[in-house]
Amino acid sequence: MKLYGSIFAMALTTYLIRALPMAVFRKPIRNRFLRSFLYYVPYTCLAAMTFPAILSSTDSILSGAAALIAGVALAYRGKRLIVVALGSSAAVLLVEGLLQIL
Amino acid sequence: MDLQEFRLGLGHGLSVGVGYFSVSFGFGAMAVSQGLKVLDAMLISLTNLTSAGQFAGLTVIVAGATLAELVLTQLIINSRYALMSLALSQRMGERIGILPRLFIAFFNTDEIFALAMARKEPLSVAYLLGLGILPIFGWTGGTFLGALAGSVLPAGIRAALGVMLYGMFLAIVIPAVKRARNLLAAVLLALVCSCLFAWAPGLKNVSAGLAIVLCTVVASALCAVLFPMEEEMST
Repeated sequence: MKLYGSIFAMALTTYLIRALPMAVFRKPIRNRFLRSFLYYVPYTCLAAMTFPAILSSTDSILSGAAALIAGVALAYRGKRLIVVALGSSAAVLLVEGLLQIL
Repeated sequence: MDLQEFRLGLGHGLSVGVGYFSVSFGFGAMAVSQGLKVLDAMLISLTNLTSAGQFAGLTVIVAGATLAELVLTQLIINSRYALMSLALSQRMGERIGILPRLFIAFFNTDEIFALAMARKEPLSVAYLLGLGILPIFGWTGGTFLGALAGSVLPAGIRAALGVMLYGMFLAIVIPAVKRARNLLAAVLLALVCSCLFAWAPGLKNVSAGLAIVLCTVVASALCAVLFPMEEEMST
């Protein structure tokens, strides 16, 4: 039951963030600091969530590191989202497989 | 309801829906690997419709944190939607009333926002509803299949599927920091911060969700002061 309370709270918060500005405010944000802050948020947030968590997301730190390296390399070359995601997965499978053989 | 506008929206939303399907597959797989049931993972996707927020929310929920921490995490991570909703609100103009707005707001994701803002013609309710419907199905359906696959497949493959979401984050962040120096600085700051919370004595006792929020706020605020955006640059 606690889980459903959490899911509800999460959904409601996300919805209100989207709905209130659309329903209430019709004027654009002029505050430069606030606009800049919101511009940086998606990137800083994604970065903080990815690293170093990705290193400990698999059975060994080696396969986590492989996922990171493969993902960064593919993304740096401008590969499509799904290619980067699958590339990271493949790197984990490869390294975990190698570790079992060695 | 203008059917032609609705169909046009559906068509534009199709590619987003397909993209969401593949990405949410990773979320579903990760959710069950963290102990959630298939239908619960699906419920999260259906009611939230946001990648980063759901991912962070899952981390916070699994860590057994308080509701306050969960809400705070969502407030910070999803704060960008407030800006997008503001911008979209401008584009919709006075013709679109409050009730349709309350519907449309539900699926104002990064990609749908981008599509809606890119449209040259005036926005209609029918078009916006058409735009949102396939991404909602894609996001929820992909989560379902990913969760199903995650609960059936062996642990090794599950762990591999779990990193798909990180791969997706990399695919968003890396090209952006390559393109803009200020984003590179922001991301590096966030990384230093998250490493401190992961490894520094004392700091590593801070819960994962709160650490994400603090890193996001500190790095974004610092960069907003150091490298503010150009005046009146549109989103």
